[in-house]
Amino acid sequence: MRLELRQITKRFGSFVANDAIDLVVEPGQIHALLGENGAGKSTLMNVLFGLYAADGGEILLDGQPVRFSGPGEAMAAGIGMVHQHFMLVPVFSVAENVAMGHEPAKALGLIDLPKSRALVKEISERFHFDVDPDAMVEDLPVGAQQRVEIIKALSRQAKILILDEPTAVLTPQETDELMAIMRQLKAAGTSIVFITHKLREVQAVADAITVIRLGKVVGSAAPTASQTELASLMVGRSVGLGVAKAPAEPGPKALEVSDLSLVEPSGLTSLDDVSFAVARGEILAVAGVQGNGQTELTQVLLGLRHPTAGSIRLDGRELAGLSVREVLDYGVGFVPEDRSKDGMVASFTIAENLVLDQVSAAPFSKAGALDIGAIADNASRQIEQFDVRTRGVDTPIGTLSGGNQQKVVLARELSRDLRLFIASQPTRGLDVGSIEFIHARIVEERDKGTPVVIVSTELDEVLALADRIAVMYRGRFTGIVPPDTPRDVLGLMMAGVPYEEALAEHKAHAATPGALAAGAAPAVPADPEEGARP
Amino acid sequence: MTTAAETPAVRAAANKPSDQPSRFRGALAKAFNGSVATSVLAVVVALVVGAILILAADRDVQRSAAYLFARPGDFFGAVWDAVAGAYSALFQGAVFNISSSYTVGQFFNPLWDTIAMSVPLIFAGLGLGIGFRAGLFNIGAQGQIVFGAILCGYIGFSWHLPVGLHLLLCLLGAVVGGAVWGFIPGFLKAKTGANEVIVTIMLNSVAGFFLGWLLTLAAFRKPGSNNPVSPAVDATARFPSFFGTAVNLGFVLAAAAAVGVWWLMERSTLGFRIRAVGANQDAARTAGMSVAASTVWVMVIAGALAGLAATSQLLASPEQQLNADIAGTFGFDAITVALLGRSRPLGTVLAGLLFGGLRAGGYLMQASTGTPIDVILVLQSVIVLLIAAPPLVKAIFRLPDPERRRQKESKRAKSGLAAEVAA
Repeated sequence: MRLELRQITKRFGSFVANDAIDLVVEPGQIHALLGENGAGKSTLMNVLFGLYAADGGEILLDGQPVRFSGPGEAMAAGIGMVHQHFMLVPVFSVAENVAMGHEPAKALGLIDLPKSRALVKEISERFHFDVDPDAMVEDLPVGAQQRVEIIKALSRQAKILILDEPTAVLTPQETDELMAIMRQLKAAGTSIVFITHKLREVQAVADAITVIRLGKVVGSAAPTASQTELASLMVGRSVGLGVAKAPAEPGPKALEVSDLSLVEPSGLTSLDDVSFAVARGEILAVAGVQGNGQTELTQVLLGLRHPTAGSIRLDGRELAGLSVREVLDYGVGFVPEDRSKDGMVASFTIAENLVLDQVSAAPFSKAGALDIGAIADNASRQIEQFDVRTRGVDTPIGTLSGGNQQKVVLARELSRDLRLFIASQPTRGLDVGSIEFIHARIVEERDKGTPVVIVSTELDEVLALADRIAVMYRGRFTGIVPPDTPRDVLGLMMAGVPYEEALAEHKAHAATPGALAAGAAPAVPADPEEGARP
Repeated sequence: MTTAAETPAVRAAANKPSDQPSRFRGALAKAFNGSVATSVLAVVVALVVGAILILAADRDVQRSAAYLFARPGDFFGAVWDAVAGAYSALFQGAVFNISSSYTVGQFFNPLWDTIAMSVPLIFAGLGLGIGFRAGLFNIGAQGQIVFGAILCGYIGFSWHLPVGLHLLLCLLGAVVGGAVWGFIPGFLKAKTGANEVIVTIMLNSVAGFFLGWLLTLAAFRKPGSNNPVSPAVDATARFPSFFGTAVNLGFVLAAAAAVGVWWLMERSTLGFRIRAVGANQDAARTAGMSVAASTVWVMVIAGALAGLAATSQLLASPEQQLNADIAGTFGFDAITVALLGRSRPLGTVLAGLLFGGLRAGGYLMQASTGTPIDVILVLQSVIVLLIAAPPLVKAIFRLPDPERRRQKESKRAKSGLAAEVAA
């Protein structure tokens, strides 16, 4: 089946997630949709799958325009989707999960489970999936669960299979197995849309590649394109979010992290022998595609989780093993990556949120009793200093805009003397004005002599703030590099290529500029709208 | 990285399987933090439903309904008599008695009964309210009352101490008994993640049967009696009552407890942490608060307050004994009280008074008009039902529901768009 998307546009409020996207998937083709997280890949596929209604554009299947008002209709039309997070009932068997939603029925509405079992067996054997129809889904490893999802889609006669970041949860071996399965499906005539941000995987299986950035198609490439070309397409060109920043004057080393490892209960290693040091008056920016261990790194630094091995020394004191309370009290300021989940209590007032992690200490309380006056004074002061736009200190923080909420979080964390400041995704989802303000504050904190660790998946942000850049990939630091490292080198490092190799590749391409980007014009032109991204 | 735009998609797709329990919690949390309007309207609707039941049970109404079309006046007269009679009896039984008045004190006798009845509900309701605001669904007030009663009662009848000291130790016993019985589910939840709803329900049964067993022991049995009742609590341990009315020191303590709970929740660091954990556990944890500690504290405080609920039964005059039914249904009714009071101290006191009034007035209503006292139970149940489903109340009174309206608007916008595209 041939799938064509024409000028698909999807807006969320004023934010354009998909901007007139064109995409053609030929029958029996593996079409990779490549882009950074947040580029709009998943939104596009959710539009295709009927989960979102497009604001414009049309979908054609074999030349016929179609319109889906829900996943049911999309599935009936032959589109199957394997979500990044599986849609399986853990306590059901494989056969039951496959049957779910369109159960083969016998007389009296009884479910014909043997039929479903046979179907699973048949598909499983045809593609060598090695899945037992009677196994409980919760007992299966992640890779096998994913195969159950694929069987589910195939059992509904899917001609087009959408795989949304299918390798995000897989081990390298499972990833290889998935690649083999994809090739088999392709040989059987199934078209596959393969959503990913991992360059190597794209090169391994894709027949065609479309790169999306900031909601737009920015180019397409043949699978023969080099990783550098793909990386430069994916991360785009700098727009120079200007932060007036004096050169760093690094003092003595304050934070020393050595051989830090974290193994998940599932056995996956999310931090793998990470070592780095940050000096006073220096910003270390941790770059990388999300899900490569950055979240876990900040959690371990703060004491939310305890490392499996390694040490974290801050000004000579070992932090590994301390509670969050002790780490905060020792002088660590922390801005979490998910502001509304971890950074604030939406129903609390601004004043309360401004003392959320300091309420038990003077001056905000005495002998267990809150000092309402001190809390209110603090709030008025911080609101003024951080230019929080609000009607008053007693306004619930949930009613503020994202930028103002983040200013409150930042104000709270920067309002005391710090030994270390950690901010994860400090400007995610904010408008340009707030971004500039927050960047300036972070640099100001650095200039006060505080060591700063910034975690960001936005390369623009990393380049704007960093005095040194650490690139993270699969729980490891691919390298720690100077702030003037070219973007495509960083992009390659984000895909796991070591610095020297990435630099060599970059130089080779710089020598032959004409070889850049097969389908696309000279890489990506500086996009005027990029800076306006909320 | 997820932008603001992709978040809803990713969340919708990602969280579906694990969404169920949190949605259940969300709905409960909403019920316990509802608006004042919902509470008031729920009471109004309950009274209307109660009126219908009163009519259905009334013989005069039934008889006159048989010749409704011949003499409609009879029917409507009977309807009025039945409803007005029952509710005025309820009122007279709960607030003041018009007919039998000798002194002002006696005139308000029903009100004193109401207040006395409300005391255990207020104590237990305050404790439950703290739990609900902390995100804990503590159903264990019943068992906590029983344990408070066991310790309070034992100290009351087996120790013989001077006035004042004896009462103080009895109160302390009630606090400790309830707190221990609250600590167990709190500790289990904090350490093992055990569901507090199930644990507290089970502990209610454990407490009830434990009391039943204790009452078979010689140490707890009234000498010379074969009934499972304890000796009476010493006079030295009883609450002084005010001017010979049913109101005693217990109500003053309950009112003080309400003020204390307000201070705890609004003015103390512990309350701040409890509220933060209840509203957003992740943020609380990131801010260095211990969710486990908050859970244990909340359950201990809730248990202590529930334990105090036992004192108004045991330490009142005339003499009181520990028996298997000492906790009555206070523990469960207190859930309704906390619900109606929106888990806030003042609301809980008012709701407690209302329910105390229904209990006190119900007896007179049954005695003087023959309306079954079960109507009271129906009133309470309807109140719970409506508060648990605020949209229902809003639909009955056609109040705007902001959430619903937003959904409708977006739906309209969508269908408008679809029409545009189709055209």
